[in-house]
Amino acid sequence: MSEGGIIEISDLHKTYRVGEVAIPALRGVDLTVQKGEFLSIVGPSGSGKSTLFHIIGGLAPPTSGKVVVGGQSLSALSDADRTRLRRTMVGFVFQKFNLLPNLTARDNIAVARFIAGQKGPVDSGFEEILRMLGIAGRLDHKPSELSGGEQQRIAIARAVVNRPAILLADEPTGNLDTENSQAVLELLRDLNRRLGQTVLMITHNPEAAAYGHHIVHMRDGRIIERS
Amino acid sequence: MTARLVFENMKHQPMRSLLSALLIGVPVTLILTLVGMSQGMLKDAADYFARKPHVRSAVGVLMQPVEGITMMVTGVDIPAYDAMTGGFRYVAGGDPKNPGDIVIDQYYAREKHAVVGGQITVLNRHWHVSGIIENGQMAHMVVNLSVLQDLLSATGDVNSIYLKLDNPAYIQEVKHALEADPKLKDWPIYSTEEMASMWNASNMPGLTPFIRVVEGLGVVIGFFVVCLSMYMAVLQRTREIGILKSLGASKTFILRIILLEAFGLGVGGSVAGILLSFGSYYLIGALVPASIQMKIVPQWWPIAGGITMIGAILGAMYPGLRAAAADPIEALAYE
Repeated sequence: MSEGGIIEISDLHKTYRVGEVAIPALRGVDLTVQKGEFLSIVGPSGSGKSTLFHIIGGLAPPTSGKVVVGGQSLSALSDADRTRLRRTMVGFVFQKFNLLPNLTARDNIAVARFIAGQKGPVDSGFEEILRMLGIAGRLDHKPSELSGGEQQRIAIARAVVNRPAILLADEPTGNLDTENSQAVLELLRDLNRRLGQTVLMITHNPEAAAYGHHIVHMRDGRIIERS
Repeated sequence: MTARLVFENMKHQPMRSLLSALLIGVPVTLILTLVGMSQGMLKDAADYFARKPHVRSAVGVLMQPVEGITMMVTGVDIPAYDAMTGGFRYVAGGDPKNPGDIVIDQYYAREKHAVVGGQITVLNRHWHVSGIIENGQMAHMVVNLSVLQDLLSATGDVNSIYLKLDNPAYIQEVKHALEADPKLKDWPIYSTEEMASMWNASNMPGLTPFIRVVEGLGVVIGFFVVCLSMYMAVLQRTREIGILKSLGASKTFILRIILLEAFGLGVGGSVAGILLSFGSYYLIGALVPASIQMKIVPQWWPIAGGITMIGAILGAMYPGLRAAAADPIEALAYE
């Protein structure tokens, strides 16, 4: 494992319990992600990709092993500490967009800022991101009035509005057509190249995975290859 | 931002919000209607007693309950009563002249759809309505004293005697003198004010505990209605709560949203309940004006509203705490 990674994982295990049955989802994962890296994670369903994301993003605690994100060891974090990590350190982009349906696109972004305790107008850098995403004219619409591609761009804007150290994208193109998929992938690459945003992306699609600097292959709860 | 989120949530499901507010309003209406009914009795009696200027004569009457505790037929010596009060004020018809005649007030006439010249049945007997009097004059139904005495086999008996003094300043003096009379030791003597005060909720036997029970039921019903409504709201928003948690929303933030929504529904429910109490006021006045009088009781609005608000907040606490403690991954996977 190299030093100085923004994400450092070693011998990570995660076991879910369903009644009396223990279901191992991760069986000793070792992974280092450098700051500014765009990493694609591929693998079949049940290989542990999403579980790995949930742990890195502070949505679930590890069962054992070492996970350090932005210098913080997640093994020792309480539920409240993991909540704080999600607020400041990571931004999520989901396959199903996961925008709040009752709010306009602008308010969806504003909620993320509000939760993070940020007040006042957004900085000029974020205005630039909005222009890059091409959604400046769609901010006063509710998700139901936006196309899938537009919704995912809003979700990306929401994910990066608080300038998180890491952007976690879980199948961000899974619900999009080819054209919109390509646009979203280009945007993720732009964010990575122009702003140095660290990006981890789960995908089933080999073409989408190729947008990353590196590709990690997972199977049966383990990383079997890094290319 | 929190208030906006709550407002947009409520606006997003307008029918659910409206129904919840109406359901929460029902206990408010229940409380206001019951209190209004108890105070309506006081109003009716007070109106009557307030019209007595001086006492200078005595009239014995025979009162016989016919329905409940407030519906009585009263046998009155009409000439004596006329001499004491100047007579009944009629809106139609006149005094009972024949043994089968009865006089009723406007409330009773409206409730029974009775008119002058028509028939009503009271005490298993058909009566001819000879007149309809204005409300608030002694009784809902009046017949000649001798007729009622014969009917009840109580010839020469009365069970209440009204005294009219020539100066109200002597009321206490006369009352004390009567109370000191050994022949009257078993007869309670009341001034008009005391009589009126007996007709309020706190002196009505069994009414106060009854109202307390209904108030308690109102709180319990309101509590569970709000609880169910908020539980459903939380269930519907499971995914949204997961989204908020993925954004780093704290348990306090989630709980605050749920409780604020409960507060909004509680305020809406209280307003709806107050408006519905006007509906029950109208319905009672239209359907059973003689049996029950109801009064609008604005001084009870904050009390009923407060009870509902407490129910709403406490009722939302459980689903709120559940939502706050929800697993974000499970919440995000919720369909």
